[in-house]
Formats: sequence, structure tokens, C-alpha cells
Amino acid sequence: MSLGGRIKDFWREQHLFEQRLVLAMVIIAALSVVLLLRLGWLQLVKHGYYTELAEGNQVRIEALPAPRGVIYDRNGVILAENQPAYQLELVPEQVPDLDSTLRRLAAIGLLEEEDLDDVRRTIRSRRGFDSVPIRLRLTDEDMAKFGVHRFEFPGVDIRTRLARHYPLGEIAVHAIGYVGTISDSDLKRIDREEYAGSSTIGKVGVEAAFENVLRGRNGRREIMVNARGRSVDKLGPLQPELKRSPGEPGQDLFLTLDLEVQQVAEAWVKYRRAAVIALDPKNGEVLALVSRPGFDPNGFARGLTRSEFKLLNEDPDRPLFNRTVRGLYPPGSTIKPVVAMAGLEYGVIDPLEARFCPGYFSLPGSRHRFRDWQPRGHGNVDMVTAIAQSCDPYFYALADRLGVKRLHDFLGRFGLATETGIDIGGEKSGVLPSAEWKRKAFKRRSEQVWFPGETVIFGIGQGYMTSTPMQIAQMTAIVATRGQHPVPRVVRATRDPVTQRVTTIKPKFLPPVKLQNEAYWDNAIDGMRAVMQGGTASRAAFGAPYSIAGKTGTAQVFTVAQNARYNENAIAERLRDHAWFVAFAPIEDPKIAVVVLVENGRSGSGTAAPIARAVMDAYLLRKFVVPTVTPVTDTNNQGE
Amino acid sequence: MLREEVDGPTRRTLSYTTRLLGTLRLDGPLLIGIAAIALYSQLILFSSSGGDWESVLRGSIRLAIGATIMLTLAQLRPATLRRITPWLYGVGLVLLIVVDAIGYVGKGAQRWLDLGFIRFQPSELMKLAVPMACALLLRERALPPDLRTLGLLAAIILVPTALTIVQPDLGTGLLILFAGTLVVVLGGLSWRIIGVLAAIGVASAVIGWNFLHDYQRQRVLTLLDPQADPLGSGYHIIQSTIAIGSGGLFGKGYLQGTQGQLEFLPERTTDFVLAVIGEEFGFVGIVVLMGLYLFVVFRALFLTSQMRDTFSRLLSGSLAAIFFVYVFINAGMVSGLLPVVGVPLPLVSYGGTSMVTLLAGFGMLMSLYANRKLAG
Repeated sequence: MSLGGRIKDFWREQHLFEQRLVLAMVIIAALSVVLLLRLGWLQLVKHGYYTELAEGNQVRIEALPAPRGVIYDRNGVILAENQPAYQLELVPEQVPDLDSTLRRLAAIGLLEEEDLDDVRRTIRSRRGFDSVPIRLRLTDEDMAKFGVHRFEFPGVDIRTRLARHYPLGEIAVHAIGYVGTISDSDLKRIDREEYAGSSTIGKVGVEAAFENVLRGRNGRREIMVNARGRSVDKLGPLQPELKRSPGEPGQDLFLTLDLEVQQVAEAWVKYRRAAVIALDPKNGEVLALVSRPGFDPNGFARGLTRSEFKLLNEDPDRPLFNRTVRGLYPPGSTIKPVVAMAGLEYGVIDPLEARFCPGYFSLPGSRHRFRDWQPRGHGNVDMVTAIAQSCDPYFYALADRLGVKRLHDFLGRFGLATETGIDIGGEKSGVLPSAEWKRKAFKRRSEQVWFPGETVIFGIGQGYMTSTPMQIAQMTAIVATRGQHPVPRVVRATRDPVTQRVTTIKPKFLPPVKLQNEAYWDNAIDGMRAVMQGGTASRAAFGAPYSIAGKTGTAQVFTVAQNARYNENAIAERLRDHAWFVAFAPIEDPKIAVVVLVENGRSGSGTAAPIARAVMDAYLLRKFVVPTVTPVTDTNNQGE
Repeated sequence: MLREEVDGPTRRTLSYTTRLLGTLRLDGPLLIGIAAIALYSQLILFSSSGGDWESVLRGSIRLAIGATIMLTLAQLRPATLRRITPWLYGVGLVLLIVVDAIGYVGKGAQRWLDLGFIRFQPSELMKLAVPMACALLLRERALPPDLRTLGLLAAIILVPTALTIVQPDLGTGLLILFAGTLVVVLGGLSWRIIGVLAAIGVASAVIGWNFLHDYQRQRVLTLLDPQADPLGSGYHIIQSTIAIGSGGLFGKGYLQGTQGQLEFLPERTTDFVLAVIGEEFGFVGIVVLMGLYLFVVFRALFLTSQMRDTFSRLLSGSLAAIFFVYVFINAGMVSGLLPVVGVPLPLVSYGGTSMVTLLAGFGMLMSLYANRKLAG
């Protein structure tokens, strides 16, 4: 092939071109085959595989939280229910930049700046594809605000959910408890699958103890989402089949609480730090359970901000603290009837023998005087009078004769220093001291020795002994029923919301307390009857058409929580004795046992007994007396 | 046989149509093939745009503009085409340089020349101007071309290719390169030289790798392993293969493609429209489209084979073949055979000026065919 100067050879070029053209056609055909093979591979051979991938793309499984069971009082009044509410939810894997998203949500006022860390932690603890609630109970204004900015927040959306609502607010809050946002520690013990789609969990009270009954079982449904993760319902002509499996709604609960009795009790201690328990001594059903101050559980269901929670949690009156089952107080004179029975059981005292009460008691060979609450003394007292007048020296001497071991053992049979087993849980057990207990409780050798003087004050429920009001209520029930030992309970029945079938929960009993002689019960009960008839609390029994057995008590306050917010006046107030009162009625056929504890209430007869009377009137007579004036007494500091 | 079966009036209509096409210098079968593809494109555009009539309207307008240009170019004589070739090439080159300069100053990708009333893409012009210039040069020389001619051809092809790739627009750059090269290969380039050039090509590809933009390099890497970065550069290929694969034999039905309708498929109206077809119409739908494409390509190649003038047949051969190259590159990238280089599916992808360029090419092809018997 020579260079340059060649002339065009038409036929040669024609031939060459045709050759190349044919070649081009062959190559095109070959490449077309390659393409078709590739497409055939994708569409025919791997079709199933890609179909699955496509479905995974478009379909998300969304949990349908089961409606939580409704809680009723014993007469069917609603105590906790569900209301539809709007909440802001976020699907972590669909949010391009979590930090910036949260910051921007805070900037438009939908989140609190101070809560961001908590929200972040919550989000981190959830699975990436779960919808995590980041703000509960949106107001209309919040919704409008988000509506305007919605497009700026991929992966964030408003959902309608059933939110817990407590129509009565603070009433019975310590019995019912509340639901709150699922926390890190909750997440450690629950199955996340079961809580997918729920934002709250029962925290305390019935809501926590019966969480598994109330919660039900989540359903699930498939939802169609677009590439940005937004749920799209039936998009125009595109209508794929979406599966749906219903869950099981939670069981409704019927409580043993009698709302009207509860409300009377609440009203009487509204401005106090106090605990009131009323129960049916025959079966342990709690008719009223009050721990004041309380709080509005709706705040928790809605989601408290950090500062709101801090305010509640650091309140010196401790509204979150359930005094009925967690408050530990020296039981004081409330245990005297039982101590008296201990003396009879162990044969160390004759109930009819009158003993002289000079206003104090001294151990042999000691000049230390254990003083009576009545400095003048009570003169000659037998067992009934000693209980009626709450004569301390009588019981000092009796305790000394019994000794700490027998005292400890006998009181232990009444369930003291043992959790009562109440179905809302969260109980403290308290202390029933003994020589052995002291050896264990103290580190220093010198403190491990049990002194006789400690036995003496043990006899009037002071010293190391502490009990919860619930334990005292249980003890009172045992006395009232002459040995029956019911386990207190707040829930009496469940109801299936679908079939409406009610399942009653059987009352539980511990082995009864048996005394060597049944008549010993009479001695204690007669003493308690006398308390109300000419005894320390006779005023509180005035005009009662039913017979009442009662016992007053005061508990000395040993220490006070150190808190810088107390002023001197308040400290003085908080050093006052706690007022106790226990009672049951009618004596012949006990229907109600009541325990009242008023912190720093000073006087069992003056402060606590009238409250118990009002509660008994409410239950036995359906007579609802509430204090007409705000019960501000000398013992109450309203400055707090 | 056919003659006997059609009755009188039909025959008259047919012959009238033939005469009209003759007058307009159009080729009936080619026109029908193109029209069928255009119809198909509007059908799928309605679905891929999410049922947006406005997109369909705009697509139709664009088609009408393209058709007008095709019709106009078909009226030109080959001699006129040859005369304007150097001007077209020269102006295109200048504009390419201008666009690159603006892009350099503006520190960003620049493909458009905004003339205010219209946005014009000089690289699109070069898709036609380069093969025209090559064909024109080879018309003057003896074939197969000698080395000096080859040097000249290389300059004609590579300068605009390079200017386009640096814009950066790898897809269009490659198409310009192919369009020019096809002319030379059809012109009878000897196999030895093709072999040498292929070797040089491989070598320069290796060297060129170092000059590629990161995103371009990423696209190549992504092809090799799309799962390496499923939400990043691998996303396109993964989503389009899912769309195609889940379509199966008959597809999910018109408007029922979840990948497309739920917007998992990126660029579904433009470069990745084939995936929408594959998803909604299945393998059958793609085969039908491929059939239409091959019909158009082979018809165009057939017309080319009837031409006697070197310029005419080299140019139209290249235009026909490049049409297939479009199809192959696009289908290859959408189905995961080739890297994502931004080549539209001819006549079906929405937007861009490529549809106008393609139809202009067919217009010229028809003109060349209509005047195949004219010498010089």
C-alpha cells in the first residue's frame, strides 16, 4: 500500500465498505444477543431474587400497638383509659443527618434543647427501622408548626397513637401508677419486638405490676413506603396487596379500690405528707390507697421534659414516693395490742393484773428513766386500760420481761419486717430488730451489742423498728380477723375486652396466725375498743353507729433528710412526731381496716384518727365527709 | 400477493402515501420505526414521570421539534451537507472551547451554552459534525486511508472528544469518539492499524484512569462491585437491576412498577427509563423495544448500503451504527453490564438535546438516501 497520490478505486472501496457494513451488522447482532442474555438473566433466571429485593424496598412492617387495658375501680369507674393523641415519630435509618434534624426540630420549638441528649439516647437504643416517638402529645399548634416544615424532615412524621389518660389526675396515683417513656433500663429487660411501635411502658403501681396483662399483643401491618421512607397509602393506580395481622388488646383491670372512699381519704390529707390505707381485713382488698403529696400521672404519659421531672423528683415533699409501701416509719404505739398478745402468748403477764404507772420505767439497777408520753403517769392500769391509754411504762416493763427475741419472733408472725406481698410491688420490708439483726446491721464491734434498754423501747415500737403503713394495715387486718393473714391487693379481676369475660383473681392468704388461746385476741381487741371509748381516740369515735377498734400512735422522728432548701422553721416542723392511727370496724364483723400515717402530724388521736373515721364512714355508711376548710393546722407549713 | 389482497381505495391511499414520502424525501419503514419508538417513549414517560401529563406534553413538543428538524434536514442535498460540514465543525469546536473556558472560570461542570432564549450544548452538535467531517475528509482520499489521513482524522476526532470529556461529560465524549471512529472503520481502516489503535486505546485507558474525575472513576469501580457502596454510587445500578429483575417475563403491569412509582429508581425518566420499561412491561416489553431499535438500525444500514457516494455512506453508516451504540451503552449500564456513563436511551429518555441530535441525524440519513443516485 503506497503512500499518497493514489487514485480512488471505486469498486475496491465499494467492496471494502460492504464488507465493513456486513461486519457492523454482525457485531450489532452479537451485542444485541449479549444484551438479551443479560436481561434474560435478570428477568427470567433471577426474577425471584429481585422480586424479593423490590418488596423489601417498598414494604415496611409497622407494629400496630395493641390498645392498653382500661383500669376501673371496684364499681366500674374509669381510672385509666386510652385517648387518641398525635405524636412526633422518627425512623432513624431514614433520617439523613440525625443531629441536625434534632437541632432543627428544637429550633422550631418541637423539642426542648435540654431533652436532646435523652432523645438521642432513646433513638440510639432503638432499632434503625423502628419508628421512635420523640415527642408525645402534640398540640394543634405543634402540628401546624411541623406541617409547615415537614418537607425539611425526611424520616420524621406525625402519628396518631393511643395515649394513656388518667381522668382523675392525682387521685389514687400511687396505686394506679403511670406509664412513661421507655427508658434505657426498661429496654434492657423487655423484648423490643413486643414494644415496637409503643412509646410507653408501665412504670410503677398497677400499670407496672400488671404491665403484661394490660399491654396485650402488638399486631403488625405492612405499609408501602417510597424511596424517602414516607408511608404512601395506595398511590394512585399502584395498589399492591398489603398484609395485616391484628394484635390482641390488653386486658381491662378492675381494682379493689372504692373511688368514693379513696376520694374522701385523699381530701383529708390533701395538704399533708401522709399515707392512708383502707382494706377489707377479710380478704386483703385495698379499698383506698393514698400517699400524699401526689402528682399528675398524665404528665408522665405525655412525656415530662427534663426540668419538669427534676422539679417533681427533687421536691422535698417527695410526691413520687409511695409512702404506703416504701415509707419506713417507727410503728410506735400501733403495735401495742400485738405486744400485749405476745405477753399473753408467752405467759409473762396477767391481763387483769393492774400495774402502777408512775409516768416512767427504769430497768433494774439503772437510773435511766424511760418516760411515759403522759408525764403524770396513768396510775394503776390493766392490759385493756394500758392499750386504751397507750400507757408506755406498762409496755416497757412487758417488753423487758418478754426479751427481744420473743418480741421479735411474735411481731414477725404478724408480717412485720416482711413485704406484705401486695400486688403492686415496690415494697420495702423495714426492720424488726433482734440481737442477731444488730450484729449484722452494724460494722463496729461496740455497736453490735444489744442493750436491754433497746428492748424496752422496742415494746412501744420505737428504736430500730421500722414498718411501712401497708405492713401496719396488714397487722391490723390480722388482729381484726383474729389471725387471718390476707395478702393486700389492689387488683381483683381482669376482663377480656373482646369477649367481655371477667376473670376474678382469688384473694391470697398467708398461713393464719394461731395463738395458744383464742381469747388472747379478745384482750387486744377489747383494748382497741377501749381506745375509742374513753381512750386516747374516743373523740374520733363520737357518734359512730358502728363499733370501732383503734389504736393511736406517734413515731419519733430521728433524722431528717438534709436538704439545703429547708428553712429553720421547716426543719422544726419536720422534726415533729409522725402521727399514726390504726382501726377496724365493725368489731363484731370487721369490714374495713384503716391505717393513717401523717408525717409530722404530731398527734395520732388529734390528727390521724378523724381521718380514719371519715374513711370508715365513707365505706360503711356511704357518708362522704370531706373537710370543708383547708385543713391547715399548726403542724402544716404552707410555705413549702 | 400483497397487491392482490388490498383493494382499490387502499391501494390508492398507499400509493399516495408513497408519493408523499418520496416528495418529502423520507423513508417510510424508517419513519414508522422511529415513530413507534417515539410512541413507546411517551407511553413510558407517563408512567416514569408518575402520571404527569405535563411531562408527556413537553416530551411531545420536543419530539415535534426533533421531527421538524429531521424533516428539514431531509430536504437538504448531500452537496449542501458537505458544504456546511467544515463550518459546522469549526463553529462547534469554537463553542466547545468557549464552554470549557466558562466552565473553568466558573469552577464547575459546564456543558451548556446559555444563549438566553435557548440552552445549547455544543457537544451535541459535535456528535454530528465529527462524523461529517471525517466522512468528508475520507471522500477526498483514497480508501483505505493512509497514515497522513489517519493523523488528520485522529485530530478531527480526538480534539472535540477531549474537550467534551473535560467538561466533564464522559458519555457524550465517548459517543463523539465512537461516531468518528465508526466512520474511519467503515472507511476500511486496515485491521493491523485497528489492532495497533486498540492497543494504544487500552494503554491510554490505563493512563487516562489517572486523569479521570473521582466520580467518573467511582462509576467504573461501582460497576465492578455495586454492593460496596449501596447508598452511594452503587445505588443507581442496584435499584435499576432490582427494577428490571423484579419485572420478570411480563412485568408488573403499566403504572404498577414499585421501584419506579415509589421513586426508588433514580433518573427514571432520563438515563434509567429502560428500568421502568423492564419493571412494568417485563422481558417482553424490553424485547419489543429492542426489536424496534434493531429494525431502525438495520433499516438505516440497509439504506446506507444503497448509497454510492463515499461521504454519504460513511456518514449514514456511522449514524446508523452510533444509534445502536447508544442503545447498547444505555441498556448495558442500566442492566449493570457497563459503567454508568450518562448515555441516554435514544428517543426514549426524556429531556436533553440528544433526541433532537438523533432525529437530525436520521434527517440527514434520509436526505443522503433520497439522493443516493446523484453523483458528487
